[in-house]
Amino acid sequence: MVRHSFILFFFIERIRLPLDCRWYSVSHLSVQERIDKKRKAALVGGGQKRIDAQHKRGKLTARERVELLLDPNSFVEYDMFVEHRCSDFGMEQDRNKFPGDSVVTGQGRINGRLVYVFSQDFTVFGGSLSGAHAQKICKIMDQAVMVGAPVIGLNDSGGARIQEGVESLAGYADIFLRNVTASGVVPQISLIMGPCAGGAVYSPALTDFTFMVKDTSYLFITGPDVVKSVTNEDVTQEELGGAKTHTAVSGVAHRAFENDIDALLNLRDFFNFLPLSNKDASPVIECHDPSDRLVPGLDTIVPMESTKAYDMLDIIHGIVDERDFFEIMPNYAKNIVVGFARMNGRTVGIVGNQPKVASGCLDINSSVKGARFVRFCDAFNIPIITFVDVPGFLPGTAQEYGGIIRHGAKLLFAFAEATVPKITIITRKAYGGAYDVMSSKHLRGDMNYAWPTAEVAVMGAKGAVQIIFRGKENQAEAEAEYVEKFANPFPAAVRGFVDDIIEPSTTRKRICRDLEVLASKKQVNPWKKHANIPL
Amino acid sequence: MINAHGCCCRFLLKMPGLVFVKESLVSSLPVQSVACTAFMSHFSSTQLVIKTCRKMGIQTVAVHSDVDSSAVHVKMADEAVCVGPAPTGKSYLNMDAIMDAIRSTGAQAVHPGYGFLSENKEFAQRLAAEGVMFVGPDTHAIQAMGDKIQSKLIAKAAGVNTIPGFDGVVKTAEEAVKIAQDIGYPVMIKASAGGGGKGMRIAWNDEETREGFRFSSQEAASSFGDDRLLIEKFIDNPRHIEIQVLADKHGSALWLNERECSIQRRNQKVVEEAPSTFLDPATRRAMGEQAVQLAKAVQYSSAGTVEFLVDSQKNFYFLEMNTRLQVEHPITECITGLDLVQQMIRIAKGYPLQHKQEDIPINGWAIESRVYAEDPYKSFGLPSIGRLSQYQEPLNLSNVRVDSGIQEGSDISIYYDPMISKLVTYGATRAEALAKMEDALDNYVIRGVTHNIPLLREIITHPRFISGDITTNFLPEVYPSGFHGHQLATDSRRELLASAAALYIAAQLRSQRFLLSTIPQERGKWELCVELGKDRHNVEVTRSGNTYTVSLSFSFSLSVEVDAGRVEVSGEWNLASPLLPLTINGTHRMLQCLSREASGEITVQYLGTSFKVRVLSKLAAELDSYMPEKIPEDTSSILRSPMPGTVVAVAVKAGDTVAEGQEICVIEAMKMQNSMTAAKTAKVKSVHCKPGETVGEGDLLVELE
Repeated sequence: MVRHSFILFFFIERIRLPLDCRWYSVSHLSVQERIDKKRKAALVGGGQKRIDAQHKRGKLTARERVELLLDPNSFVEYDMFVEHRCSDFGMEQDRNKFPGDSVVTGQGRINGRLVYVFSQDFTVFGGSLSGAHAQKICKIMDQAVMVGAPVIGLNDSGGARIQEGVESLAGYADIFLRNVTASGVVPQISLIMGPCAGGAVYSPALTDFTFMVKDTSYLFITGPDVVKSVTNEDVTQEELGGAKTHTAVSGVAHRAFENDIDALLNLRDFFNFLPLSNKDASPVIECHDPSDRLVPGLDTIVPMESTKAYDMLDIIHGIVDERDFFEIMPNYAKNIVVGFARMNGRTVGIVGNQPKVASGCLDINSSVKGARFVRFCDAFNIPIITFVDVPGFLPGTAQEYGGIIRHGAKLLFAFAEATVPKITIITRKAYGGAYDVMSSKHLRGDMNYAWPTAEVAVMGAKGAVQIIFRGKENQAEAEAEYVEKFANPFPAAVRGFVDDIIEPSTTRKRICRDLEVLASKKQVNPWKKHANIPL
Repeated sequence: MINAHGCCCRFLLKMPGLVFVKESLVSSLPVQSVACTAFMSHFSSTQLVIKTCRKMGIQTVAVHSDVDSSAVHVKMADEAVCVGPAPTGKSYLNMDAIMDAIRSTGAQAVHPGYGFLSENKEFAQRLAAEGVMFVGPDTHAIQAMGDKIQSKLIAKAAGVNTIPGFDGVVKTAEEAVKIAQDIGYPVMIKASAGGGGKGMRIAWNDEETREGFRFSSQEAASSFGDDRLLIEKFIDNPRHIEIQVLADKHGSALWLNERECSIQRRNQKVVEEAPSTFLDPATRRAMGEQAVQLAKAVQYSSAGTVEFLVDSQKNFYFLEMNTRLQVEHPITECITGLDLVQQMIRIAKGYPLQHKQEDIPINGWAIESRVYAEDPYKSFGLPSIGRLSQYQEPLNLSNVRVDSGIQEGSDISIYYDPMISKLVTYGATRAEALAKMEDALDNYVIRGVTHNIPLLREIITHPRFISGDITTNFLPEVYPSGFHGHQLATDSRRELLASAAALYIAAQLRSQRFLLSTIPQERGKWELCVELGKDRHNVEVTRSGNTYTVSLSFSFSLSVEVDAGRVEVSGEWNLASPLLPLTINGTHRMLQCLSREASGEITVQYLGTSFKVRVLSKLAAELDSYMPEKIPEDTSSILRSPMPGTVVAVAVKAGDTVAEGQEICVIEAMKMQNSMTAAKTAKVKSVHCKPGETVGEGDLLVELE
């Protein structure tokens, strides 16, 4: 049956083709020729010489990047024929027109899942942003929001198309607006693979994640020359806005990778953690790691002395599926660890205090780092698992003058506002206000556990005793009494502030089971236009 | 925090009075109302003692330093007592604290295990003074055999062959040089009080004698609290073969055959076997009889070991007698069927020996590999530390015994010996035991610390080892330029590349398996490029079976074309498991996945050695040529610590000029002192360490100009 109709269809095609040719032969041929010519031109961007130059800089071309990022043969390109519309400064000449202009846009698949991509083409006018360039980006962003698929931007642009003047600026703003309206609707990821300077930096800044390529990418508002003339500082491009600066000092970028290929392959890996939109549940991938696996190493990981450090990453790696943890901002505010992992195949966001760095205290940078991550997870239905070992907020003038109060409030706000499943494990210290902040029961934690080593208290024994027994002689005895009373999980457990005291080795099993239960969790905050997080 | 490696705990066993009057399972003699306390210096053997005591209805008390408080042996014992902080001098060598522990627990006997105080006569005397039973020989036997010089005199008198050119105690470096010259080079310098290879160095000239004297005396002092030394003639190409003896308090003694312990590095044993391929029955009997003569001469009671050096003509010379349980005792247990710990306890309680010499069999063959937390690529093993993030012993295999004192999550610290476990395999024949050892090493999962499994596997599969052609110089002879891991041949390289490609494909296919999403079309053919070292290999993978399935595990049957050679790979993998069993061209192999990165970098353990490969799609491989090469840091003028440890001495300061090979500083790790020398002649730019400081692996010590 099927074969029969196929043959029939084939015959009709054969018959119709000559007719078409007879009627439109002249114009058809010339149009076809022009189509082919334009397509061919679009594929080589700024031409072989500039492609070679791009390669020489250790960078791939816009198209090579797209091809590596997406599944083989899955890329569907949009607007290959779009050209810039500038007619000043000789731009209208044919040799200054490039089909597709300085950006490649379209959609494709990463491991079978839909994604919209734009890839700026440095070989065409240095990847500068024209009105047409912006329009192409806006088109795919609009469609991405409409169908509910993430947007990935591969940035490699010298900046605004100066010849176009205000049209270029308008183009930036059009993109910014879409970045903002799409925020929290579909995940947006920027991978900086070359220069990104001036106004252009704000698009990546508005997206959910910004990644960089080491040694070949830069992000700054103004370059070293302007810096020199304004503040008289001598600084190199790399120092001012290289990957190292932004991943370790400024916190602008979330991760850096060795080179283009490493970055794109890692981006594919990262993409697998994300849901496609805020309407999708946290993705579940096939898992080979038993959900009821015990982790015996965790029973001994917390040191006897409560002042001794350990590595929170050891706990995270032990608990998550296949020790696979994609850390976000691993080199910035290292006293808090955030990142994505999976539990029984389902993506979760992990937040953990890092006792190894500054005792795991909360300060300005770690609060902001944690808050932004928590809000991303909440926006995209990703359950949050929080590991708590926090001695409190960092004291000192630097922190107070810097506004630790309002910055710390961000993390508190984010945890309190989140309605996704929230599971909290207190591994050791949960002192003072920081206890409240770290996804406590009081902030609607769904399941809050304490390990036997947990100490939930207003402060450490020494400080507390100095206040309660001020002037009293037998401080050591008082301290021992305090430790006996408070340096254990019971005060919190008897009040129901933790749901259970669990053996550390069973933590994975418990979390996996809870996530199954909480998968159908529904919690709604009161209607509001939007909340007013203390920015 | 726990510490976890083989060598640092000791424990007490306690049997409460008449409450436990019942038959011990093995001896079938009624256990009397005597309690005993045992100390062991190795976690692993501590557990053995506890297990045996359980069988015999004896309660145990473990003593531990504070870093070991959650170690396995501590949990196994009925009671545990902390005897001090991590440094051994303050805990396991702290006799006062240990005597207190014995008193407070009411322990009635001590099992000394091996190492630390096991051969300390003062300790034995103090126990005797308190009326506590010492599970081991009498004080005078420890004293007689504990002293290298005296022991040789006694041995000679007892008709035991001794090494020629043997001399006395040494007090200064110049005296050492003089003695060495009298004996004639090469000579061996060694701590009088120490057993095994601890503090032992070989000197070929005066200069090395001075250096050896200095190191050995320091090491002797730090390990044994006794800095006396011994210098003797060094026999070239010797084998180290030892005889296990068992003697009771009634004048009877047995020899339980030999152990071949020739495979050593830095005079410490690495692989042992029982019996030896080298001994004929006549030599075995001659050695055994001499060992028994010696034991009787010192009225020895308990288990002991008489070590011999054996030359190529099967002449054997007495080396020393260890008056304690040896690390390698399990292989003797394997071939004789005796539980040595149980025998020691019985003897200590005054029972006569159960067996006659003609009852002692050689049943089958046993091999022991010492699995160390150390980097075999540096001098056949420099200590490494870390947390055992994953740890899985190959106990799923039959005829495999693993004696370890650690578990997943244990910390290997710088304070003690770096032994992870003793891996023992047994077979009816040597070939069987060796094949089993190969299998066991492949199935042994250790993550978080660098370990010596690559070296162990290379040793036991080396043709010279298989043929039994070994000496104590085996390692330097076989690997004159150092150990570099398994060297791939054409076939094995192909197998490795094909396995890596299969692993890459498994991970790629799995990463598309989302719940509620349409599965993308399967690809019939994968064109890949696998990078190994600097070489690139084109790898084409097609399905050779009907299909592969990815559900819950990845089962596959692939045909892999590597550089125009075909490899058939099939298997069933759980991607969460570190073990990757597969069949390559019909041969079963166990690979391990050490890491798998999004960038295509895959590290697998194949034939014991870890290999790093990078699997790229054809497109990525083509584009990879455009990627800039990262310039590695210039290290010629930088001296970094090759291992974690403590800085003992710094010999230079900024501005000094050092000659190539000159000592710059000394790092002590796991009781080994390592001299760091200048790689070139230059001026010292800056010094970044000071004596007493703890340094990590890779920490900057000194910068040269």
